[in-house]
Amino acid sequence: MDINGTHHPHEPRPGQCLRTFLREEGMLGVKKGCDGGDCGACTVHVDGVPVHSCVYPAVRANNKSVTTVEGLADGDTLHPMQENFLAAQGFQCGFCTAGMLMTTATFDDAQKDNLPRNLKGNLCRCTGYRAIDDAVHGVSTDMTETQDDCGHVGASPGAPAGRAVVTGTARYTLDVDPGDYPGLLHMKVLRSPHSHARILSIDTEAALRVPGVQAVFTHEDSPALLFSTAQHEIFTDDPDDTLVLDSVVRHVGQRVAAVVADTVAAAEAGVRAVVVQYELLPAVLDPAKALFPGAPAVHGDKNAATSRIVDPARNIVAELHTELGDVAAGLAEADVVHQETYTTQRVQHTALETHASIAHVDAEGRLHVRSSTQTPFLTKRALARVLGLAEDRVHVVAGRVGGGFGGKQEMLTEDIVALAALALGRPVQLEYTRTEQLTASTTRHPFTIRLSAGAKHDGTLTALAVDVLVNTGAYGNHAPGVMFHSCGESLAVYQCANKKVDARSVYTNTVPSGAFRGYGLSQMFFAVESAMDELAAGLDMDPMEFRRRNMVRDGTPMLSTSPAPEEDVEYGSYGLDQCVELVVDALRRGEERYRDAGLDDLGRDWAVGTGTALSMIDTVPPSGHYAHTAAQLLPDGTFELRVGTAEFGNGTTTVHAQVAATALNSRARLVAVRQSDTDLTEHDTGAFGSTGTVVAGKATLLAAEELAAQICKAAAAHTGVTAETCTLVPGAVDCGGTLLPLDRLAALLAGAGTELTAHGRWGGTPRSVAFNVHGFRVAVNTGTGELRILQSVQAADAGVVVNPRQCRGQVEGGIAQALGAALYEEVVVGPDGAVENTILRQYHIPTFADVPRSEVYFAKTHDVLGPLGAKSMSESPFNPVAPALANAIRNATGVRFTALPLARDVIYLGLQEARLHMPAVPVLAT
Amino acid sequence: MDMNTIEEMIPTADPAHWREGDAWLAGGTVLFSYGSSTLRRLLDVTEAGWQSVTITEEGLELAATCTVAELHALPDRPEVSGMPVEWPALELVRQCCDSFVASFKIWNSSTVGGNICTALPAGPMTSLCSALDGTATVLMPAGESRQLPVADLVTGNARTSLAPGELLRSIHLPAAALRSRVAFRRLSLSNLGRSGVLLIGRLDESGELIITVTAATRHPVQLRFGPVVGALYAASGGASNSASDGGGSGAAVLHGHRFPGLTKPGAAELRAALDTAIPYELYHDDQHGLPLWRRDMTYRLAEEIRAELCESTTIKD
Repeated sequence: MDINGTHHPHEPRPGQCLRTFLREEGMLGVKKGCDGGDCGACTVHVDGVPVHSCVYPAVRANNKSVTTVEGLADGDTLHPMQENFLAAQGFQCGFCTAGMLMTTATFDDAQKDNLPRNLKGNLCRCTGYRAIDDAVHGVSTDMTETQDDCGHVGASPGAPAGRAVVTGTARYTLDVDPGDYPGLLHMKVLRSPHSHARILSIDTEAALRVPGVQAVFTHEDSPALLFSTAQHEIFTDDPDDTLVLDSVVRHVGQRVAAVVADTVAAAEAGVRAVVVQYELLPAVLDPAKALFPGAPAVHGDKNAATSRIVDPARNIVAELHTELGDVAAGLAEADVVHQETYTTQRVQHTALETHASIAHVDAEGRLHVRSSTQTPFLTKRALARVLGLAEDRVHVVAGRVGGGFGGKQEMLTEDIVALAALALGRPVQLEYTRTEQLTASTTRHPFTIRLSAGAKHDGTLTALAVDVLVNTGAYGNHAPGVMFHSCGESLAVYQCANKKVDARSVYTNTVPSGAFRGYGLSQMFFAVESAMDELAAGLDMDPMEFRRRNMVRDGTPMLSTSPAPEEDVEYGSYGLDQCVELVVDALRRGEERYRDAGLDDLGRDWAVGTGTALSMIDTVPPSGHYAHTAAQLLPDGTFELRVGTAEFGNGTTTVHAQVAATALNSRARLVAVRQSDTDLTEHDTGAFGSTGTVVAGKATLLAAEELAAQICKAAAAHTGVTAETCTLVPGAVDCGGTLLPLDRLAALLAGAGTELTAHGRWGGTPRSVAFNVHGFRVAVNTGTGELRILQSVQAADAGVVVNPRQCRGQVEGGIAQALGAALYEEVVVGPDGAVENTILRQYHIPTFADVPRSEVYFAKTHDVLGPLGAKSMSESPFNPVAPALANAIRNATGVRFTALPLARDVIYLGLQEARLHMPAVPVLAT
Repeated sequence: MDMNTIEEMIPTADPAHWREGDAWLAGGTVLFSYGSSTLRRLLDVTEAGWQSVTITEEGLELAATCTVAELHALPDRPEVSGMPVEWPALELVRQCCDSFVASFKIWNSSTVGGNICTALPAGPMTSLCSALDGTATVLMPAGESRQLPVADLVTGNARTSLAPGELLRSIHLPAAALRSRVAFRRLSLSNLGRSGVLLIGRLDESGELIITVTAATRHPVQLRFGPVVGALYAASGGASNSASDGGGSGAAVLHGHRFPGLTKPGAAELRAALDTAIPYELYHDDQHGLPLWRRDMTYRLAEEIRAELCESTTIKD
């Protein structure tokens, strides 16, 4: 086979797909996204024709010429499409980029004119496709020539990894040199076919006889320590209910045994050869039934106090019961009362890079784990705790991470590969299949929310009460956190004298829920914002006007479940009012555009409406979120930052470089960022809770400011002027009119046997609040249920926007992911407790064709708490999307949809149902 | 994905070579997509060198190994545009290709035969070939062959009437069907997503109206309204679908529910015919659409087709 112009003599195996063959031949730019032909991340050319290499028999490429992303450029000269993707920054995590490039590089003009059709086979989970659209059409959003060339805060320099991403050389978790892992073994996991069972016996004899199988690990090999896969700064935030391998299985898909072998094929054969006898136990799949007296107790064997489970016998992991004011009185005084039950479904993160890790033990016995994780430092701690190792004996690294969305705030692979590597003394790798990702990792928590709210004719919200049932699945990872967080900002964003919360998070024998973008808020805002819309409709008031009258204003106390506001949450800035007006104005302009174009009447089957929703989020999670940055002046006069936080497309690497460049009055491209390696920095809680900018960025700012002071001091000492007269300029220190180049300064310091490194640390408190408001105009086909999004607009209050291009990308990506959750996505658990979506084709995530271009606006605020005025903006754009859409459908059709997702069949059947029960003339709000 | 249990890939299209644990490999886009833990050998039929498309005045012969990309290019081929008699039904070719949820890149590998034999309700090649009364030629292990309507080859969700070892060789699309006027309707839960409902209507020169329902139902359902012209029918008058075995190489038996008295059915007659032809249990239920929606959309699209093809009737909701 000829690969990128070089002959490769190896023969593929008979059943091998081209993707794995190419990776074995070193073409690590060829990615596994779905491994089933759906996502296109593995696209390569065979004799010039683009194919999905995961479904292309490798044998067929014999005697053919294969081009991978590594062969797209002509030496150092990038292919025009690579240039385009750089100029438009047509990527975030970049895991789909090689496939995007290898597909679009073949397009003629006609194909470029129909991207919805021609990019059907290329899924991106991060960008929302707008930046890809721009890239394919050669639209540059690179402002470096017209804007601030230094890339300071407020400019939009490109991601430092951009060139590596578009050339396929960026190294994700498993893109490693095999030479670094001699004797690498592969693990495959035998998973439970039962929802609830006790393992009576595991016969591993036949498995061990399979050629190549090295070991089989069962519950008998498991450490006895209970832990949680969830990763938090304080590990006691989550219940200890999980073992590396358990003798009881509590959901279909739970680990039963792990087979380690020389090859993936041998490990798979070993898994098939393991014989397990189970004693079936009664299972409960429904969270409401899990609360019934006598329901099977999923963790009935646990100690409530030591595992920190509220009531193991009743399946209650966590609960919360609070009342502010008097809700009954508030409802009694209301002129309009809305009572409804809202439900949200299981959603899978569907990061294109599946969970994966490699563990090895060095000659000194130190454990090294390379993992696809958002929390390398917390995983290090967790591994040390679970495996009984000293923390300094564990080293965790994240390479570039192919998407996270909260799914990688868990320890799902690291513990078991580490266990095996320690036992066998050889490197062990575990890579989840897409099926494992869908059926046996984590999902968003399904919520059932019984909501009661009341308002008076003057628009005053008089009561807001929620009874929340959260299904945490078989394990309690993130169960308390998601439940508490969900009832926080979603209620606090409204001023209301009477608020009540009854919330429970309960176990069921289903795939575990976990952290997911929004961390409970997207579910609750769906209910709360739908309710606000209903109250406004009941009052015959414009929904946005109703919100204006009740939403928090700068300085008003933010109250949800406690009579006093959260001690460390304050208005570091306030831009909700701006966001509301930005969306209102944009929707009005959009309507005028349609009217002026004569497009406002779509025909008799189409009902048109608008809907809006708002959301609020604390800029940092509670209970401490720590970051440490070391900033160093390098011998060549450039800078190095060592930060803890991981890069998975969130763009924080760019942000760190910008923040440091601003503080050092240098150029962002002169600041190299090294990251997500537990040996590089002291500690970092992790890249979750939207903290990459506001916490880690703040540590970077402090480090860079300190380094700037050190540099000026050193320059002053060498030039004999006072430090006060020294100022940094790009590449040099201006010492009272004399320029001292930084490389010269570094050399002088080196000569004196010193160097300059400064440290910054931030603990994530006090915290501010960020806001998002979304608006839709939609058309609903009442005959088929088809939904068309005519306009999508979001306004975000992100404080000072560090990198407007990236931040816009975060908002667009959040909208797209939320549209998936609002319209299509549902992880379905069948009557036997098994997840029914086993391949990506059965779990439709938005394609290019599904995502409209959204208008994105930023409020103009400056946060006094965030670094250089910035606030968080990565989770929150997701949160207002589903309710805004449901409100738009309500406005168009008069029908309130209370369950997600709102697929076309559901919309159609809902409208049919409403026709049966409602007056002949539908109530059309205007 | 890798199919790690495969020990051998053998280029052959001879059913005599087939044994337990073998699978016929065409484009591979399904086998390598789902993977397997039981298969031992792949029998590669693409090496047989079958001519992808054969065009004669009798119609079109599509080899099972004809790729979707080749099929998609067919309407542009000079032999087709130069035909003495027009085949307006060829407009279905691209409509059906574009009904694939899969990318055009997959079309470079995946085949007409592979899609039919995968037997998903939403298989667009099943839609195309059954709507055009395609006849499948199946090679049997004993060296014989048999013919049957494509609509009878697919018998349920991922179920076919093929016996182990049998191999789909080709599909013949008769010229009479290609000369029909056609109407195409499709709905999906997402833009350009997998078909939840796909209906094709055909008005033959004889005046016969044939409506073929796919995607909505677990297997293709055909409704035939009007005169019988030179063909045999397996079922009539609303009897259930017959899985014809066709036995031997005789003329294929056409599939479908016959309503010979209804030459130009009215809206109510169409609805009644659908009631008869499709019991509710036959509507497919999976992530791509609820059965109730599929049912109602089948009625809606069938009526749109009826109105379009039988112009003398008025459009009613």
